[in-house]
Amino acid sequence: MNWLIQASYFSAAVLFIFGLKQMSSPVTARRGIIWAGVGMLLATLVTFFHDHIHANYVLMVLAIAIGGGAAWWSGKRVAMTDMPQMIALYNGMGGGAAAAIAAVELVKGEPMSDTVLILAVLGALIGTIAFSGSAIAFAKLQGLIRKATRYPNQQLVNLAAFVVTLLLGLLIIKVGHEIAGFWLFLFFALALAVGVMITLPIGGADMPVVISLFNALTGLAVGFEGYVLQNPAMMIAGIVVGSAGTLLTQLMAKAMNRPVSNVLFSGFGDTAGGESAEVKGSMKPIDPTDAGVMMAFADKVIIVPGYGMAVAQAQHKVWELTQLLIERDVTVKFAIHPVAGRMPGHMNVLLAEAGVPYDLIYDLDEINNEFPTADVALVIGANDVVNPAARTDPNSPIYGMPILNVDQAKNVLVIKRGQGAGFSGIENHLFFADNTRMLYGDAQSMVSELIAAIKEL
Amino acid sequence: MIEGFVALYIFMLAAFTGYEVISKVPVILHTPLMSGSNFVHGIVLVGAMIALGHAETGLETLIGFFAVLLAAGNAVGGYVVTERMLEMFKTSKKKENK
Repeated sequence: MNWLIQASYFSAAVLFIFGLKQMSSPVTARRGIIWAGVGMLLATLVTFFHDHIHANYVLMVLAIAIGGGAAWWSGKRVAMTDMPQMIALYNGMGGGAAAAIAAVELVKGEPMSDTVLILAVLGALIGTIAFSGSAIAFAKLQGLIRKATRYPNQQLVNLAAFVVTLLLGLLIIKVGHEIAGFWLFLFFALALAVGVMITLPIGGADMPVVISLFNALTGLAVGFEGYVLQNPAMMIAGIVVGSAGTLLTQLMAKAMNRPVSNVLFSGFGDTAGGESAEVKGSMKPIDPTDAGVMMAFADKVIIVPGYGMAVAQAQHKVWELTQLLIERDVTVKFAIHPVAGRMPGHMNVLLAEAGVPYDLIYDLDEINNEFPTADVALVIGANDVVNPAARTDPNSPIYGMPILNVDQAKNVLVIKRGQGAGFSGIENHLFFADNTRMLYGDAQSMVSELIAAIKEL
Repeated sequence: MIEGFVALYIFMLAAFTGYEVISKVPVILHTPLMSGSNFVHGIVLVGAMIALGHAETGLETLIGFFAVLLAAGNAVGGYVVTERMLEMFKTSKKKENK
């Protein structure tokens, strides 16, 4: 039986790597997740016969039924636009599970070798931080926590809390299996607090990077606890995710032109040295009917979707608008900024859901020099990713971030909910430009009005 | 028993594998892939089951129970949302193949 279990774990590890490989191409992506799913099912089923398990079978099945059932129910129900926070939530659960495994082993108080003990404590620390941090990330994206909490010397306080937690971890390693329960409790409680404290000051715009980072951290924690339990499938899967997640985090941070450390350790907006350049001009509204006419008689329209499109669930209407324009022989292209929305590829997923074909969708590098040839650039609920201050104003907090050069289009239409500054609180110079007209309203109803206007022509 | 250095080799090779597998991914698949890798570390369920399966005291059993509960949520939830996202890519793929 033991041989069969080990063989199954091995197959699961192969299936995971192969599945991830297939998930990296749109053609095979769906097969990839199914393969990985088969691996997971196999590994879970054989574990019931693992020779280290001799009790609690009923509880085990019950926990799987409750946890799995709740996740199944919520995962099936959640709207596509809310995917990022669900990923944060499920990821946090994984981190919590890794930490809980460490807790069981440490509470047990059986003698462990030094390596096992170190990895158990390290995995516990990382897993717990990923757990509470992901919970905060979820709460922020879900709108349960609306503001980024910041206070003076926050980074120092956070650092102090982290160092104390680390020292407690060292104490646990030093004392070993005879450690009193109180210290273990304190260690886990502090680690929980650290996860909350480092995530609270981070603004929603940076959440993709943070979620990706916690995803990588959970992978590491799982890998370490895999060693503690002498389970190679966990070790391999955990570390593969740990390194893949780290790379993904770097790619995202790079797209925002900010090092990961900057995302984590300085609040958005704190980096500005001097006064930002004063905004000239005013925001000029336009009637949806006029805007519709403008687009209908254009040769080329570039649509720039942002988080506002996701919030308003406007992607289906946007595709309807696009089809109308294409029927009128207008060239329509979609320009996607790497960090538009709350996750990399967030916009791609939404547009794919609405049925927009790939060949209309372009990345920043592919489309940026096409803006001067576009008659109309339609910005739907995007803000910082189209702010020309990133190019022109060295004092702007987002200076140097690659942006879509929407301001170079002949006409710019911006659909925006209100007049205030965006998520990051930075004034957008684009909205005040001479060639920009504003459409104030919810993205879905505004796009519907544009559709109505074009249909009436 | 996996000795220290063997574990180090496993960790090192797994790290390279993860890095290589993801390095050629188009931006369009970043979210599904993050979700997919999130599912893969749901393998923590196996460890959680082992932890619960050899828990003895009430406290150990309680923590173990939560470990399995959370891990099952990670695995199942991760699978469901990844599958839902990738399903959409299937439909748009068909259009492209026409």
